[in-house]
Order: sequence, then structure tokens, then C-alpha cells
Amino acid sequence: MGLLLLFVFFIPSSFFGQHEEEVHLMTGKEHQEVEEEEFKAGEMIIEHITDAYEWHLITVGDHHYSIYLPVILYDEGEWHVFMSSKFHHGHDTYMGYFISKNDMNSGKIVKLDGNGNEIRPTLDISFTKNVLAILMVMILMIVVFISIAKSYEKRKDHAPKGLQSFMEPLILFIRDDVAKASIGEKRYERYVPFLLTIFFFILFNNLLGIVPFFPGGANITGNIGVTGVLAVFVFIITTVSGNKNYWTHIINAPGVPWWLKLPIPLMPIVEIMGLFTKPFVLMVRLFANISAGHIIILGFISLIFIFGKMSLGLGYGVSVVSVGFSIFMNFLELLVAFIQAYVFTLLSALYFGMATEEAHH
Amino acid sequence: MSLINPGFGLIIWMTIAFLIVLFVLKKYAWKPIMNALKEREDSIEESLRAADRAKEDMKALKLDNEKLLHEAKDERDAILRDARKIKAKIIEEAKEAADKEADNIVESAKERIENEKKAALVEIKNTIATYSIEIAEKILREELKDKKKQEDYIKNLLKETSLN
Repeated sequence: MGLLLLFVFFIPSSFFGQHEEEVHLMTGKEHQEVEEEEFKAGEMIIEHITDAYEWHLITVGDHHYSIYLPVILYDEGEWHVFMSSKFHHGHDTYMGYFISKNDMNSGKIVKLDGNGNEIRPTLDISFTKNVLAILMVMILMIVVFISIAKSYEKRKDHAPKGLQSFMEPLILFIRDDVAKASIGEKRYERYVPFLLTIFFFILFNNLLGIVPFFPGGANITGNIGVTGVLAVFVFIITTVSGNKNYWTHIINAPGVPWWLKLPIPLMPIVEIMGLFTKPFVLMVRLFANISAGHIIILGFISLIFIFGKMSLGLGYGVSVVSVGFSIFMNFLELLVAFIQAYVFTLLSALYFGMATEEAHH
Repeated sequence: MSLINPGFGLIIWMTIAFLIVLFVLKKYAWKPIMNALKEREDSIEESLRAADRAKEDMKALKLDNEKLLHEAKDERDAILRDARKIKAKIIEEAKEAADKEADNIVESAKERIENEKKAALVEIKNTIATYSIEIAEKILREELKDKKKQEDYIKNLLKETSLN
């Protein structure tokens, strides 16, 4: 059901209009500027913030050093498993599959159908860069929080120490100021584990996303699939824990004039749409904020190379300004990393609170 | 736009990974952490309450002590007052007894002196009487040497007697 809903979210693509335009504008402009040049800023930026089949570490001279990840495809009743090194950084075709440069599928594995159109394989569950990054964050989180849990057990009723004292304010903040404040004294405890998990998952990923090299650099929370999964979890939990009061408010909201419900059920339609727009907004907000930050930083860096191509001196001159702005943006992103993790968690908690609220007469 | 075209594989992996993280952390991290935090909060609360109680107890104890001190002071004062009273009474009584004794002594002394005096007077009287009789005898003997004079005297005496 969750996946079905996720796809429902993706259908109204006109919702993305604004972001699409922004990105188009930016990438489009840079395309025009550097059309003749080898360096294509737009492609470079998109390449950096989207998923990939290999994890590019460094380029020395003409040689690319990457971590090659396994490609797992299911197509026409057959499984294909091979390493992404077969594509030679996207230059080669392997068994008819290649990495698309086409707009909608760019960076993804496609093959050509009979008419020369790029089509995706039936199932592409490759172990990509983002999957590896998620796995690393997953291990990091498990190690960090289990070690904290151990130190809680070891130092019972004592003041926190070390990593424990660093995390404790955050844990307490989520518990007291997010969960307890939004859901209420009586029912908040059930939701605390989920809220803590999404908060730290988003925070860790946001922070690692700012780090420009391995093990950071994967744009996980700026990937709409990842934020979508998180939003679907929030949606499922909200829907499952919705009580009678919650559903009454949606289907037959009290205190609303009857003509808004009959004969055309305007209010119910709006409320039911609201059910889906809430997690949808969660998904887009996190994705857009994190991606936008990365795009801006990469844009500033790109400026150095664009001007450098025109003249070397100009490149050096611009680099001072660009690096300055990038540093500023990095600080801003550090702030955004915390704010977005907090906002996502807070809004989730508010939705849970709305779903479990008792009727007050 | 590849940016908003999510990879299906990533969604699957993300769902699996997130569920694993959620359940592992829920069981092995959040539960013990939450319990420990709650326990600590409870113990802090309990300690604070105990401290408050101890403070209250101390206050009550202090009050008790003060009361006790006051009582002790009062008692001491009362005892002193009584002692003073008793002392005064004893002195008074002793004085009275002494006065009485002195009076008695003086009285008996006076009596004895009186008696002595009386005895002395009696003795003096006796002595004087003896001397008087002796003197009178001697005088009478001298006077009544001749007969005529004896007769005169007897006549005189008789005359006096008959008159009576």
C-alpha cells in the first residue's frame, strides 16, 4: 500500500513546476554559457546530487578512482547482476544497457527499444551510491546509539558523559519539546522511537551530505525517493493511529456549514486531499531544501571553472568570491541540516498528535 | 528531470534499511535510553523530594529544639524561683525559731535571776532578822537589868495590848 501511495505522490508532476523551473533556469543558463566548452555545469551539478552506480572518489589526471557497486537488474524475465565498472564511468554499453544522458532518466541504467527510445529495465534494484551511503549511516546510527544505550546502562542514574552527553540534549529535545508537546502527555511514548529514528537519520544524512568527499557526499536526504519513503512511513503511522475523532473530522467535520458537505462533499474532498498533501509536503520540503543547498554550492564552484575557461586570471579572481560564498553556504547548510531534521520530525509529531487527539467538547 | 524521478531500487533498499534501523534502534537503543532517562528523572525527582522532606524535618526539629530549650529555661526559672522561695522560708523559720529560743532563754534567765534575787533577799532578811534579834536581845538584856525598869516596860506593853 505504501509503495502504491508513493507512486500516487509522484503522478502530479506539475507540483514540481517551481523547482523544475528553478533547476532548468540554472542549468539552462549554464548550458548556454558553456555550450561550446567541455565543462557542463548543469550536468556536473545533476550528476553530483543524483544517485549513481559507482561512488566516485577522486580523479587524478585522466584516471578516475571509484568504488564500483553491483548492478542488479531484472528484465524480460531474467536477472542481470554485474559490477558497474563494466560501464567504464558511463562511457560503455554492457549487454545493451548503458547509463542514460537523457533528461528524465539521466544517470540511470536504460536500454534502447526497437524504436530507438530509451527504456528502463523492468526492475532496477542496483546497490547504488545512495544505498551504500544509507547502509553506512545505518551502521553508524546503530553503533552510536547502541553504545550510548550501553553507557546509560553502565552509568545508571549518573550524569551523562562523552558522546552520551552530546546526544542526550537532542534526545530529550525530541522527547519533550517535539513528541510530548505535539502528541500529548498520555500517548507520546509510542511515537518516540520512530521520531528519534527519523530525526537522527535525517540529521546524520544531512550532515554527511555536506562533507564533499567519501564517506560523505552522497545526497541522500536530497533524494526524492528517500524522503518519499520517510514520508510514506509518516503517512502510514498517521493513518493507522487515526482514532474516531480524527476520521470524523475528515469525513464529517463538526462546526462546518452543511452546504459544504452536501450535495457536493467539498470539505471531505479537501480533507482527504489533505491526508496526502501533508506527507507529500514533508517529502518535497526535505528534498528541495537539501538539494537546493547542494545545487547552490556546486553552482558557486562551477563558476570558478566557467570563468577559468574564459581566462585563467578571471578564474582565480572568481574563485576567491566563489569559495567565500561556498563557505557561507556550507555554514547555512549546517544550520539547514538541523532545521530540516527538526521540521520533518516536528511535523510528523504534529500529524501523529492530530491523529490521536481526543474529542474535546 | 532525473532529480525528481526516484529510483525504484533505492526506494526498496531505503525501506528495508530504514525498517531495520527503526527496529534495531527501538529495541536496543531507544528503549534502554528512554528507560534510563526516565529512571534518572524519577530518581532526581525522588531525591529532590527527599531533600525537601529533610529540610522540613530539620525545620520541625529546630522548632522542637527551640521549644525544648524554652521549656528547659522555664523549668530552670521555676526551680530557681522555688529554691529562692524555700530559702527565704527556711531563713524566716530559722529566724523565728531562733527568736523564740532566745526569748525562752532570756525568760528563764530572768526567772532564775528573779529567783536568785528572791532567795538572796530572803537570806538577807533572815540574816537581818537574826542580827536584829541578837541586837534586840542584847539591848533588852541591858535594859532589863533592874526590876523597876522591867515592870515599867511590862506595864507599858500591857497598856498597849489592852488598848488593842
